[in-house]
Amino acid sequence: MIKISSLMAGGLAVGLTLGAQAATLDDVKKRGVLSCGVSTGLAGFSQKDEKGNWSGLDVDVCRAVAAAVLGDASKVQYKPLTAKERFTALQSGEIDMLSRNTTWTHTRDTSLGLNFAGTIYYDGTGFMVSKSLGVKSAKELDGANACIQAGTSTELAISDYFRENNIKYKPVTFDTSDQTRSGFESGRCDFLTSDQSQLYALRIGLKNPSGAVVLPEVISKEPLGPVVRQGDDQWFNIVKWSLNAMIEGEEQGVTSANAADKAKNGKPGNKRLLGTEGELGKNLGLNSDWALQVIKQVGNYSESFERNVGSGSQLKISRGLNALWKDGGILYSPAMR
Amino acid sequence: MFKQKTTEQIKAATRKTESGSHAFYNNPKYRAVIYQTLLIAGLAYFFYTIIGNTLGNLEAAGIKSGFGFLGNAAGYDVLMSLIPFESTDSYLRVFIVGFLNTILVSILGIVLATLLGFIFGVMYFSRNWLIKKVSVVYVETFRNIPLLLQILFWYSAVLATLPGVRDSLSLGEAIFLNVRGLFIPKLVGQDGSTLVYVAIAIAIVAIFVMKSWAKKRQDETGQQFPLLYASLGIFFGLPLLATLVAGIPFVVDYPVLQGFGFRGGITVIPELMALTIALSVYTGAFIAEAVRAGIQAVPHGQTEAARSIGLKEGKIMSLIIVPQAMRVIVPLLNSEYQSLVKNSTLAAAIAYPDLFNVFVGTALNQTGQAIETIFMAIIVYFAVNMFISFVMNRFNRNVELVGR
Repeated sequence: MIKISSLMAGGLAVGLTLGAQAATLDDVKKRGVLSCGVSTGLAGFSQKDEKGNWSGLDVDVCRAVAAAVLGDASKVQYKPLTAKERFTALQSGEIDMLSRNTTWTHTRDTSLGLNFAGTIYYDGTGFMVSKSLGVKSAKELDGANACIQAGTSTELAISDYFRENNIKYKPVTFDTSDQTRSGFESGRCDFLTSDQSQLYALRIGLKNPSGAVVLPEVISKEPLGPVVRQGDDQWFNIVKWSLNAMIEGEEQGVTSANAADKAKNGKPGNKRLLGTEGELGKNLGLNSDWALQVIKQVGNYSESFERNVGSGSQLKISRGLNALWKDGGILYSPAMR
Repeated sequence: MFKQKTTEQIKAATRKTESGSHAFYNNPKYRAVIYQTLLIAGLAYFFYTIIGNTLGNLEAAGIKSGFGFLGNAAGYDVLMSLIPFESTDSYLRVFIVGFLNTILVSILGIVLATLLGFIFGVMYFSRNWLIKKVSVVYVETFRNIPLLLQILFWYSAVLATLPGVRDSLSLGEAIFLNVRGLFIPKLVGQDGSTLVYVAIAIAIVAIFVMKSWAKKRQDETGQQFPLLYASLGIFFGLPLLATLVAGIPFVVDYPVLQGFGFRGGITVIPELMALTIALSVYTGAFIAEAVRAGIQAVPHGQTEAARSIGLKEGKIMSLIIVPQAMRVIVPLLNSEYQSLVKNSTLAAAIAYPDLFNVFVGTALNQTGQAIETIFMAIIVYFAVNMFISFVMNRFNRNVELVGR
């Protein structure tokens, strides 16, 4: 199995070849392409169409970084990874950054040699059940079988939840999210548990989407965000601020359509963000128009959200927690100055 | 002049060599020791550097290392466990749970593969055209399809299409088969059940005693004893008698449909079924070929000689051909068994919680300690295969041609 051998090779590579991690920025510039780890296929976050083009919210983070660094959002090489493979791939230097619906947890941030560069989507573990079961709450799921993806924080969250409520379940842990869906469809499990955003995405892929419901309970905090290797602060800053540029873009009302115009005629804040004033780009080691390229080519956060998971997509997820802080959500970019 | 000087030099060189040949480092005895010591020291230095380098690099990259994580609570559940396991148990216990699941599927696979292999291997020599062809088709089909594909076939195309929990196939309302697996009743021993277990032990010992007695009698008098029927009689009769004497000290725990699924009885999860079937059918095809090779290695004269003394075909196989064929078969079996254990790691493709899946998969991911977990897994597979090798080599010595 290719997956297993790459896991092994990755594991060894982490230990043997990982010397001082030199500047990722230089590597990416020299290569002329950004190597970005994504999921093996998850509607709305990272999925590949028939022509081989990737799209999704997570993919947009890769594209934003490529636009900021290389000036071209299309210069990304996507590496599809399972949940089990993702950290090893990043640690061993196989990818420059990971943008794969990955939950920011304390353990991952502190013991894996990785840094989380922000949050692109505030999520939480939820449940999807078949309508015919007539289940209204997750607490009624005593004795049920659960389809879960192996190596995820969901595995930990659901174990805690069932223990706390003193009910039992059987975990059937698959390698990919597609397998969890087919397990759910074949009736191997009574419910599928994952991040809620994924549940909506997986539900669309069912043969009969209306036959399944997502339960209202959200049992954990799952902030999803891009990840980079620890020890390369410049690269960490670039990824962090590429993401912030998208959020700040929405806050300032800069869109892909008006970005070029705002750079010339906008307010001082617009000009600072888009690089016609100040030295924000230079401080990151990038061109002064880095954020302009991000917003022009990828769009601001709102555009990306609506296109991939919101009203412009099949998922129709509402902004909820992921609205800007001034609109009742918790999305907030540090000051762009 | 020039030439003379050269000769001088050669002479000098020769003298040097001669005197050198008496040096201790040219003595074959010491030389061997010196080179071996140097090699070991070199290897030790190599590993010392690699390990030191690895640890240094891990620390530099901010990745945690060491085996301390084994004592921490795992925090996740496992689908199937042969020992009690809860999510508050440690990673070490996850390791043991996964190890036992690997051993379980390996043992089941080895037993079934051996049965299949011997049946189909012997079938190849049948004079019945159909039986022979069935054997050929079996071997050629399952040997030539990748194992991963076969596992996915059994899991996704066969077992996943079974009816749902509420429409289970059932046998006498006691055994149920559905997409969640096979549910069979369990015998639960009550007071007095010890007597039955003792009876089983006595029956097994009795069968062995009877076997050696029958052999001795046959050697002395030539009279045969119906060993098979007598063994079966003892094996089932004695425990049955004990059960009746003890007043049937068992209750049957039937699987009952309750809530989301069946409770009670024994559950055989479909992942275990799919993996066991795939591994044994696949390996069985190779073993069938090994058996065929072994039988063909026995000269045809043996069969003819056996026929000429009037043995039946079945007896010729079991008394004359197979014992001699074992010499060839056993070393081949050894490597097939080892392959089976290693192939069981393909469990990761379906959700069977073997060592590779729960430990190298989930534990590695939750702790991020790739080197430690993979190292432990390597040691386990290495040790298991060394053990198989050891047992099979002992067995091989028993079937080997005794030199006279």
